[in-house]
Amino acid sequence: MDATTVTTWMREIETSVTQERDRLVQLDAAIGDGDHGTNMTRGFAAVVQALSQDQEAPPGRLLILAGRTLVSSVGGASGPLWGSALRSGGRVLGDQATFDGPQLVEVLAAALASVKDLGAASVGDKTMVDALEPAVAALGRTVGEGASLADALEAAAAAAEAGMRSTIPLQARKGRASYLGERSIGHQDPGATSTALMIRALQRAAAASS
Amino acid sequence: MAIQTKPRKFLNDPADVVKESLAGLAAAHGDLLRYDRAAQIIVCKDAPRAGKVALVSGGGSGHEPLHGGFVGRGMLDAACPGEVFTSPVPDQMLAATKAVDGGAGVVHIVKNYTGDVLNFKMAAEDAADDGIRVASVVIDDDVAVQDSLYTAGRRGVGATVLAEKIAGAAAEKGASLDKVADTVKRVNERARSFGVALSSCVPPASGKPIFELPEGEIELGIGIHGEPGRRRAALGSASEVVDVMVEAVISDLKARAGSQVLAFVNGMGGTPQLELYLLYGEVDRKLRAAGVVPVRNLVGSYITSLEMAGASLTVLQLDDELTELWDAPVHTPALRWGV
Repeated sequence: MDATTVTTWMREIETSVTQERDRLVQLDAAIGDGDHGTNMTRGFAAVVQALSQDQEAPPGRLLILAGRTLVSSVGGASGPLWGSALRSGGRVLGDQATFDGPQLVEVLAAALASVKDLGAASVGDKTMVDALEPAVAALGRTVGEGASLADALEAAAAAAEAGMRSTIPLQARKGRASYLGERSIGHQDPGATSTALMIRALQRAAAASS
Repeated sequence: MAIQTKPRKFLNDPADVVKESLAGLAAAHGDLLRYDRAAQIIVCKDAPRAGKVALVSGGGSGHEPLHGGFVGRGMLDAACPGEVFTSPVPDQMLAATKAVDGGAGVVHIVKNYTGDVLNFKMAAEDAADDGIRVASVVIDDDVAVQDSLYTAGRRGVGATVLAEKIAGAAAEKGASLDKVADTVKRVNERARSFGVALSSCVPPASGKPIFELPEGEIELGIGIHGEPGRRRAALGSASEVVDVMVEAVISDLKARAGSQVLAFVNGMGGTPQLELYLLYGEVDRKLRAAGVVPVRNLVGSYITSLEMAGASLTVLQLDDELTELWDAPVHTPALRWGV
């Protein structure tokens, strides 16, 4: 994997959140304020635009640029959270031109650590962590077992999607949904949903570059 | 896919609603403030003022006149409006902080929402890197949210308006950075709020109401983002609704009998002044019955949720200093007296 993988990943996310914009808005309207789909679409359009102007940079630098762009264009909670996640992930790669499966695990682990630190959330709080943490765990496990990158990312995407669905019966303990108390139960978390879309987009990007 | 109907709103391109509204605010109040379009901030016309502590606040748009309508003399020095119901980004807060710093430091007044807190935190770190002293104070006065490990903590609502006015007066009198920040904290600690809604509201980007409220029902414990409240009940008389609001606020405030308070009856955007004064009459009577004395008041739509029909009650326990600062002159688009 290299810089093209990162650019393709960001483009795949933009396509995906644009297609799913209305669904993300609906999920957020049920337990938040209904802006998640709009914010993610605006943010990743800005990321794709920013990355298209920097063709030479190594993958780590591109992730940092993507993170900075999200912080500067999204607002809300998802801007700082995903912005910090991508910046932390990008710093793991430094200036190297390519990266392999074990390094991808490190990138996503750093992203997860950053989200948990900034958002002070754990699995079970009904947030993006419910999708991201199982995805990172599944990726680490399968890569560790020597699976192909394609299989490992399929496992990660499936784990993120299972994590996303696991938020439905949960009562929110973080973010705006927590104001609803028990009324947040029965709704799928929009942040976990967009996180699952992003891991699925990574799986497609890696498949495209192999 | 449902057929998209045009929202009943005055819009050109829904994506430009915030920028176009800010340009209009500046066109109407050019004597008080200016709009920096590139940075998307509203700045007091005579900022920065050397030696004066500056106040910056911000948050999602859709709560007008908060915050841009409170920029001027004796209140905010700058406001950072985000997209509708979306926290602004750190770049806006940093630009505002730099634009108003007169060397005495800048107070950030932050409403307690995850997004606002995270973005202001990043901006304060950036400002510190640039050598600007920033003191951030988080407002969390909404008693409808249990402040516990199991929530994001209480929301910042009506007390934000009172804190901006009172701390703005302190800064105008020459108070230090620590003193102004402490004044914001004191207002927050001594104020409690509770809101109710009779309708949802329609964000311009989606064009759809955030929730549906069946006829004859009321949402109790709402915030300011069109989000549903903690529970729904049958809509009773105004007197019965005020009973719920006063009980929620007073039981949490634990004010001593005979305390002097400021009672703030706030409209959510879609409730007429006719009804707000009716509510104030009930509030005034019931507060006195509960043993506290409303010696100051504010009645009107100052921290809103687009066109939501509804109201919130904020009660602030006053002391001599806070009363004097409340009474001090203020000259902004939305609050003006003593000038």
